[in-house]
Amino acid sequence: MTAAAPEPKANMGKPLSRYDAVSKVTGRATYASDMPLANPAYAFLVTSAIAKGRVDGFDLDDARAVRGVIDIVTHENAPKLKESKLFSNGGYAGTTIQPLKSPDIAHDGQIIAVVIAESYEAAREAANRVKVRYTIAAPSATFDSPGTTTAAAKGQNAQFKEDPKVGDFAGAFEAAEIQLTASYDTPTQHHNPMELFTTSCAWIGDDLVIYEPSQYVYGLKNGVAEQLGIDAGKVRVVNPYVGGGFGSRGSMTPRTAIIAGIARRLNRPVKLVATRDQGFTITTYRAETRHEIKLGASRDGRLVALRHEGAELSSRADAYCVGGTKTTTRLYACPNVDSLVSIVRADRNTPGFMRSPPEVPYLFALESAMDELAVKLNMDPVELRRVNDTTNEPIGGKPYTSRSLMACFDEAAKAFGWAQRSPQPKSMAEGDWLIGYGCAATCYPTQMGPAAARVRLQRDGRTRVEIAGHEIGTGAYTVIAQTAAERLGVPLEKVAVFMGDSDLPPAPVAGGSNSTASTCSAVMMVCDQIRQRLFKAVMPDSLTDKAKETVGIGQAPTTQAAKSDRPLDLEKAFDTLGVGVVEEYGEWKPEGAPLDSFRAMHSGHVRLVGGHQMKDKIAYAFGAEFVEVRVNRFTHEIRCPRLVGAFAAGRIMNPRTARSQLMGGLIWGMSSALLEATEIDERNARYVNDNLADYLVPVNADVAGVEVILLSEQDDHINPAGAKGLGELANVGTNAAICNALYHATGQRIRKLPVRLENIEV
Amino acid sequence: MRPFLYQRATDPDMAVQALSAAAAANNPLTQATTQPLAGGTTLIDLMKLDVMRPTAIVDINPLAQGWSAISPDGENLRLGALAKMSDVAAHDEIQRNYPVIANSLKLAASAQLRNMATLGGNVMQRTRCSYFRDVSYENCNKRKPGSGCAAMDGVNRMHAVLGISDQCIATYPGDFAQALIALDATVEIMGKSGSRSMPFAELHKVPGHSPDVETALQPGELISAFTVSGRWPRSVYLKARDRQSYEFALSSAAIALDLQDDTIRDARVALGGVATVPWRAREAETLLKGQKFDDGLAQRAADAAFADARGRRHNSFKIALGKRVVARALQQAVAMEI
Ligand SMILES: Cc1cc2nc3c(=O)[nH]c(=O)nc-3n(C[C@H](O)[C@H](O)[C@H](O)COP(=O)(O)OP(=O)(O)OC[C@H]3O[C@@H](n4cnc5c(N)ncnc54)[C@H](O)[C@@H]3O)c2cc1C
Ligand code: SF4
Repeated sequence: MTAAAPEPKANMGKPLSRYDAVSKVTGRATYASDMPLANPAYAFLVTSAIAKGRVDGFDLDDARAVRGVIDIVTHENAPKLKESKLFSNGGYAGTTIQPLKSPDIAHDGQIIAVVIAESYEAAREAANRVKVRYTIAAPSATFDSPGTTTAAAKGQNAQFKEDPKVGDFAGAFEAAEIQLTASYDTPTQHHNPMELFTTSCAWIGDDLVIYEPSQYVYGLKNGVAEQLGIDAGKVRVVNPYVGGGFGSRGSMTPRTAIIAGIARRLNRPVKLVATRDQGFTITTYRAETRHEIKLGASRDGRLVALRHEGAELSSRADAYCVGGTKTTTRLYACPNVDSLVSIVRADRNTPGFMRSPPEVPYLFALESAMDELAVKLNMDPVELRRVNDTTNEPIGGKPYTSRSLMACFDEAAKAFGWAQRSPQPKSMAEGDWLIGYGCAATCYPTQMGPAAARVRLQRDGRTRVEIAGHEIGTGAYTVIAQTAAERLGVPLEKVAVFMGDSDLPPAPVAGGSNSTASTCSAVMMVCDQIRQRLFKAVMPDSLTDKAKETVGIGQAPTTQAAKSDRPLDLEKAFDTLGVGVVEEYGEWKPEGAPLDSFRAMHSGHVRLVGGHQMKDKIAYAFGAEFVEVRVNRFTHEIRCPRLVGAFAAGRIMNPRTARSQLMGGLIWGMSSALLEATEIDERNARYVNDNLADYLVPVNADVAGVEVILLSEQDDHINPAGAKGLGELANVGTNAAICNALYHATGQRIRKLPVRLENIEV
Repeated sequence: MRPFLYQRATDPDMAVQALSAAAAANNPLTQATTQPLAGGTTLIDLMKLDVMRPTAIVDINPLAQGWSAISPDGENLRLGALAKMSDVAAHDEIQRNYPVIANSLKLAASAQLRNMATLGGNVMQRTRCSYFRDVSYENCNKRKPGSGCAAMDGVNRMHAVLGISDQCIATYPGDFAQALIALDATVEIMGKSGSRSMPFAELHKVPGHSPDVETALQPGELISAFTVSGRWPRSVYLKARDRQSYEFALSSAAIALDLQDDTIRDARVALGGVATVPWRAREAETLLKGQKFDDGLAQRAADAAFADARGRRHNSFKIALGKRVVARALQQAVAMEI
C-alpha cells in the first residue's frame, strides 16, 4: 500500500490530517440522527410487500393495541402534500412516485403506512403487526420481463440532450479492417452507505428544522418547503456530517415531507430511522444496464468507427437515465462515431445517482471492448490506448483542458510490473491459482457549480468559514480549511469551518465530484475579498493595484495566488481599518455558468457546468488502473490481491484525502466487478438480498494491496482552484480492468457483472 | 421485534424447567414460545426480523462454567455446548489433532461473531434463505407450514442441491456441523427427564414434508456437549465462497482420512453449503475405503457424493463446484504432512 500521506509533488497541497479526524475516531462527530430532540415521537415505516397493485385495506387493531402507539398514518389520513417534480425536470425529487397519496402501489417496498409511537421499539412492534390487504397486479421486473416499454432517452429526459455522433459510422465500420461487436451487462446496485436513511423533523412555531443525511441541504430545504406549501425561508436542513452518500442522498426522497407533515400535525418532533432493507426501496439505486459496442479499427490499431448503444432501466413514472455515451463517444480519437441510449420502463422504484453514474456502466462496456480489440489485434492494450489517445474529443473537436491519460498508463504500468506479464491467456499461475493481469482507462468529467461563502477573519487570525457544503466522508472540511488557511496566511488550527446547514451560504449538491472545485473556488474568492480590504488599508494605492494583480479577485488561477505570499501585518491592517473583525460574503460561479445561476443556487437547483458541456473545451480527469486477479483452478474462486491506479486531476488539494478517495474508489470498483448486485425476484419485481449479509461488499481480507499514484498536473482552464473532481474517478475503470484480467487468467471473456465463481469455466 | 420475558438460567435444571414450562408438547422446537439464548447471533437477529417471536427467552450463558470446557484427553474429545467458536478454533490441541474442527470454526462468520457465538448455538443456527428471513414473503413452508416455498422458483443461488424436498430447499448454512458429522460425533442432550445422547448425524432432519422441524431436539431440551472418539490429525475443511472471509459456503467439504502408505483405511466425507442438513457422503466414503488414492479415485468419490443432487435455476453450479471441492479436499488431506 502507498503511504497514507503521500509526499506532495508539483501543484499539490499539503497532505494534512483530517480536520475532523479526532471527532470521527472519538465518536464526537454528530450525524443527523444524533441530534438531540425534545421529546420526540418515533416513526417506523410500513412498506409494501408487492410491486404493483393497490392497498384494499388495513387491519390496524393489533398494531394500535401496542402500548405507546400514537398514530398510524396511511393514505387514508396522511397529511396532504404537494407534488414535486423530478430534479432533472426542474424539481427537487429523486422520484415523482408519492407514497401515501393514494392506495396505489408502483414499486416494491413503497411506503404504505407510518407508525408513530413513544419509542422506536413500540413503533417497530406495531409496524410488524400491521396487516395489509392488497389487490395484486402482475409487475414487470426488469429487462425482458413482459410488459416493459422501451423508448429513446432523448425526448423523455430533459437532461439527456443528444445521442452524440459524428462522421459516417455505418460506412466506416463496414469498411474497417478489424471489426468487433460485443454486448455487456451491468447489474442493479444499491449504495448502502453506513449511515441509514434517517429523518428527524422538529417544528418551532412555523419554522421547520430537518436533521437528515443529505448531499444537498439547499435542494432538500426548498423541496420540502414546496411539498409542504410553505416558504423555503422557514425550513432549515442540518447535517454537519453525512455517513456516506455515494449519490443516494443527492435528491429529495418522499420520506422527508411525510415526516415533516406528521410532525406538524402532532406538534412534536418526529424521528425516523429507516431500516437497512427499507433503504433499498425508499431511495434510489443504480439501475441495471445493457450495452452493445461496435468497434472498427485499422490493423495498426487506430479506431475508425465506434458505436455505443446503451439501455437503462427506469421506473414507470420517471425517465431517469445516466447516458454515459457522452463520455464513451469522446474518450478516444475516432472519426466516425454513433450512439443511442434508450430507457426501459418497469414497475420499479426510480433509480438515481450512484457514484460515477454514467461512467461506471458505460466505461465497463467500452474498456472491455478495447481489451477485446487489443486481443484481436494482438496488441498490448496499453499501446492500443496510446495509438488512440487524443488532445481533442472527436464529436465537437474541442480540446481537452488537460489530459494525462497516457502518463497515467505509463506510471501505473511501471508500478504494477506490467512488463512482467506474459500476454498469452492462462500462461501465469502459482499453486492452485491462475493469475491474470488487466488494465483499463478511467475518467470522470470535471464539473463545478455556483457556490457562495462567508469568511470572517479576526485580528488574532482566527477564521470562520461558512458554506453549506457537505462532509460525506471525502475530506471537505479539511480541504476547505486548508484553502482558507493558505489563502489568508493563517495557521490551519485557527480556521473553523461550518458546513451541512442550509442557513449557511449555498453550495451545490455534493455530487458529480464538483464539491472541492466549487466550494474551494468560492472560499478562495471570498478570502481574496478580505485580503483586498486589508491590503487597501495598509498600502498605498499603487501597491494595492499590484496586490490586486497578485492576490486576484474572482477567478485568478490558484497557482499565481499561491505565489503571492505577501507579508501582511494583520494587526496594523485591523487598526487602520478600525475594526476587530473583517467579514466578507461572496458568490462565485464558474465560467460558462448559465445566467440564472445565482438565483438557482439559492432556490436549491443545481447548475453544474464542465465536462463536455463547456463551450470551446472539454474537461475530464483521467487515470489508468491495473489489477491482478487470481482464479482458483479447483473452486473457481476469484480474488483480487492487487489494485494499482495512477491518476491526474489537476491540483491535488490534499494528497492524503485524495488518496483515500481514490483508494476507496478502487476497492469499490473491485466490489462492483466481483461482488455487488441486487438480486431481483422476477416473478414479483422485488429485491431479495436487501441486507448487508446478502448484498456482498468486500471485507478486509478481500483487499490486500491497493496502490494509488498521484500525478502532477496543472490545469489553468477549469476553475480558480485548478482542481478536477476525483471522488468518482477511481471506481470507473476497475470493472473492465478486472474482466480484462480474468480473460488473461482464464482465456474466458466475461461481459456480465458481477463475475461470480459460477461464471468461470477453466 | 416483540416484547419478551427475559430469564437467566441459574443452573441446568432451572433452564430446562423454564424451557419446558411454556412449551406446548406438539410444537416443533422452532415454533416454541420459549427459546434458549446463547450468543444470540442467530436468535436475536431472527427476533429483530420478526421471524422468530418467542414470548420468553432463557439465557443459558450463566451455565458456561460447566458447559464450556474444551477437553481433548489425547484419545477422545469433549466440547461443551457453550464453548465459544473462537476459543475452540484457537485451541492448540484441536488444531493439531482435529484440524477439520478448528478450520471449520476459523473459516466461519467473522472474528466478532466467533467471539460471541457458541458451539451449541452454531449447530442450531437456522437457514439464511432470504425468503425465510423476510416475513413480507407469504410463502415459506419453514416459517409458515403449508404456505409454499418462494425460493423454489425464486432467487435460489444459495440454496441446497442435496436433501431437498418439494417443500423446502433451504441450505443448512453452518460449517462446524460438517466436521462433527464427519467425525461421527455424539451430541449430549439435557432434558426434563435427565440426559441422553445421540449420534450427531441424527440431530438434524431433512425438510421432507415438515421443513419447520429442523432437529430431533424437543422443546425443553438443551445441547450440553459434543464428543468425538479418536484423533483425526489428517483432516481438512475446504470452503469455497464469494469472499475471502465472513461469508457462508457455496460449497464446502469436511474430510478426515486414515491413511496407511497410500491406502485409505477409513474415510469421512461431509458436505456443507450444498445440503439442507449437515451432509455425510457415505457413498463417497464406501468408494474410498480400502483403495489406493489417486486423482481418479478422488473424482469418482466426488461424483458419488453428488449422484443424487438436483439443482434449480440459480444453484445448479453447486453440483459441479461441490465435486471439485470434494476432490480437492481429498487431495489436500492426502498431501498433509502428519
Ligand atoms: C453475518 C453472519 C455471518 C455468519 N457466517 C457464518 C459462517 O460463515 N459459518 C457459520 O457456521 N456460521 C456463520 N454464522 C452463524 C453463526 O455462526 C451463528 O449465528 C452462531 O454460531 C450461533 O451461535 P449463538 O451462540 O450466537 O447462538 P444463538 O443465536 O444464541 O442460538 C441459536 C439457536 O440455537 C438455540 N440454542 C443455543 N444454544 C443452544 C443449546 N445449547 N441447546 C439447544 N439450543 C440452543 C437458540 O435457541 C437459537 O434458536 C454467521 C452469522 C452471521 C450473523
Ligand atoms: S427454501 Fe425453505 S426456508 Fe426458503 S422459502 Fe422455501 S420453504 Fe422457506
